[in-house]
Amino acid sequence: MSVASGQVPVRLTAKQVSRQRRRESWRRNWADFRSHRSGMAGLVVLGCFVVLALGAPLIADAEGLKLSGATGSVLEPPSGEFWLGTDDKGRSVLTLLIWGTRVSLMVGLLATVISMVIGTLIGLLSGYFGGRTGAVLFRFTEWFLVIPFLPLAIVLATVLGASLFTIALVIGVTSWPGTALLIRSQTLSIKERPYLERARVLGAGRWHQISRHILPNVMPMVFANTTLTVSIAILSETTLSFLGLSDPTRISWGSMLDDAYGIGAITTGSWWYIVPPGVCVVLVVLSFTLVGQALEDVLDPRLKDR
Amino acid sequence: MTIGAVTEAPAPPRVRRRSYGRYAGGKVLGSLGSLGFMLIVNFFLFRVLPGDPARTLGRGRFTSPEQLDDFNRTYGLDQPLPQQFLTFIQNTLTGDLGISLRYRVPVSDLIVDRMWPTLLLVGTSTILAAVIGIWLGVNSGWRRGSRFDRAATGSSLTLYSMPEWWLGLLLIYLLAVGPGPLPGLFPTGGLYSPDVDPTSWAGIPDVAWHLALPVFTLTLAYLADYALIMRSSLLDEIGEDYVTTARAKGLRDVQVRNRHAVRNALLPTTTVTALSFGFVVTGAITVETVFSIPGLGLLATEALTVPDYWVLQGTLLVSTAAVIFANLAANLVYGLLDPRVRT
Repeated sequence: MSVASGQVPVRLTAKQVSRQRRRESWRRNWADFRSHRSGMAGLVVLGCFVVLALGAPLIADAEGLKLSGATGSVLEPPSGEFWLGTDDKGRSVLTLLIWGTRVSLMVGLLATVISMVIGTLIGLLSGYFGGRTGAVLFRFTEWFLVIPFLPLAIVLATVLGASLFTIALVIGVTSWPGTALLIRSQTLSIKERPYLERARVLGAGRWHQISRHILPNVMPMVFANTTLTVSIAILSETTLSFLGLSDPTRISWGSMLDDAYGIGAITTGSWWYIVPPGVCVVLVVLSFTLVGQALEDVLDPRLKDR
Repeated sequence: MTIGAVTEAPAPPRVRRRSYGRYAGGKVLGSLGSLGFMLIVNFFLFRVLPGDPARTLGRGRFTSPEQLDDFNRTYGLDQPLPQQFLTFIQNTLTGDLGISLRYRVPVSDLIVDRMWPTLLLVGTSTILAAVIGIWLGVNSGWRRGSRFDRAATGSSLTLYSMPEWWLGLLLIYLLAVGPGPLPGLFPTGGLYSPDVDPTSWAGIPDVAWHLALPVFTLTLAYLADYALIMRSSLLDEIGEDYVTTARAKGLRDVQVRNRHAVRNALLPTTTVTALSFGFVVTGAITVETVFSIPGLGLLATEALTVPDYWVLQGTLLVSTAAVIFANLAANLVYGLLDPRVRT
């Protein structure tokens, strides 16, 4: 069924039209995205890490994480048996690394979801409702913006106790203001567009305006911002874990580095315990940043002609 | 058409610009609001969030109910909440931040003591990073897509994606410990050698030698911000008409760049510089830990293990206040440099 060029066009319902348009815009954006070489490289690397995280049980035996399952000797350098050597308890660093991918990615994504929900909600509301409500929300965002992340996160993590969820919560709660400001400015500009005026005249309520008109329009920006936030969240998780604020029962890249630092892997020259987790962090964070930048480029028309 | 009709035509809208005084006044009031909010957050973080503060604060330290009561009385935790809040505000404003549970000295003394190494470390790195970063940003933005641009932007992004303390660990391994048979060139940590008085003349090169690696680490970590921001704001300026005019006048490329484009592009960078001075403590926390430099950051991470709540609260207070003041300074300077923001 297609819109024929003849006299009698096939009539599509509104839903079909919008679905068709959406599909077209997806295809166009995807084509745009593919022309970004750095963005595509980031996407490929991310894909590998996701496969690694999902397939961890198939690739590396979970027994290798337990102290009782350790088969190597203490801090063995890389060899044919242990590709990345062993840690101070005789466990394979590669196994730890693969399982650490799960925790690091999970905390990063969870924190991002929290941050996005708060940021989008407050940004939308403060942009849509002018007047006192908007001003108060805007001030609130500005106040949160000046609280330096790491000291606050440290305090929160100490007060709330260390667990996987707390860490994600702490990162999410401290990183939303940037998103909120971005969404607010987008909302402010969308609010003035004619189609929203039309909706208002037709009697659309506030909720309808926000959920059906403004939200779908800011969504692309939220999406691009999300990938950038994930990279910050993963970096933060690594840093908090390094400071000893992570869940002691889970292994993440950050907690591996904390362990390595704690046992003096630097002074003993056990580079295989320090370098790989850091390289993974850099790769994942860099990939998210590259994908985010490419997305921003594709989705934000103002940047198009750059 | 009569003359009357002409006079009735609406006057062209005039952009009314606030005077600098009013602009500055508004910004100062905003900062005071932020300070107030920060005090409230600080108060509630430590007293309300986890339920019973005495239990969290003293985690497992009390064996009898008397001890608990005693603790509550000492820290004024038996008072009603509004009363506690008033006392807290009063104490904070008079510089009383409580007594460290670990060192048994006033937290404010500790903070003043530990501030200097941090300022030295972060100040030096920020200046270095700003100078090098802006230079990188200008050169890569001006010749966008060149090999230099790709290399500079690529390495900036990589540095940006790196936890700065991990970079520090790598540098310690490579340059201070020395891999394999190679000797270490720099000390692995500390601010000065134990046998040298850091306040004497001989202390200056010694401190510089100890700070070389941490300053290098932080400079690399900060560099990316400046380079990327400078590059993108220069790219914004390149398309402007005045740049075309400058070229059309026959100015040399360097003159167009330095006298016209870069001057305008520096504006956003000023803000970033002022702001990053505010994040002094944040930036230093992990690097000071890795290099064991006795500054505010190390104070905070040491307080984590006890946990020394009043010290944590004090460092959070100081670091937030620093950001607020830096923010205010950035806004005030920006208002002077660019009258457009005062509308």
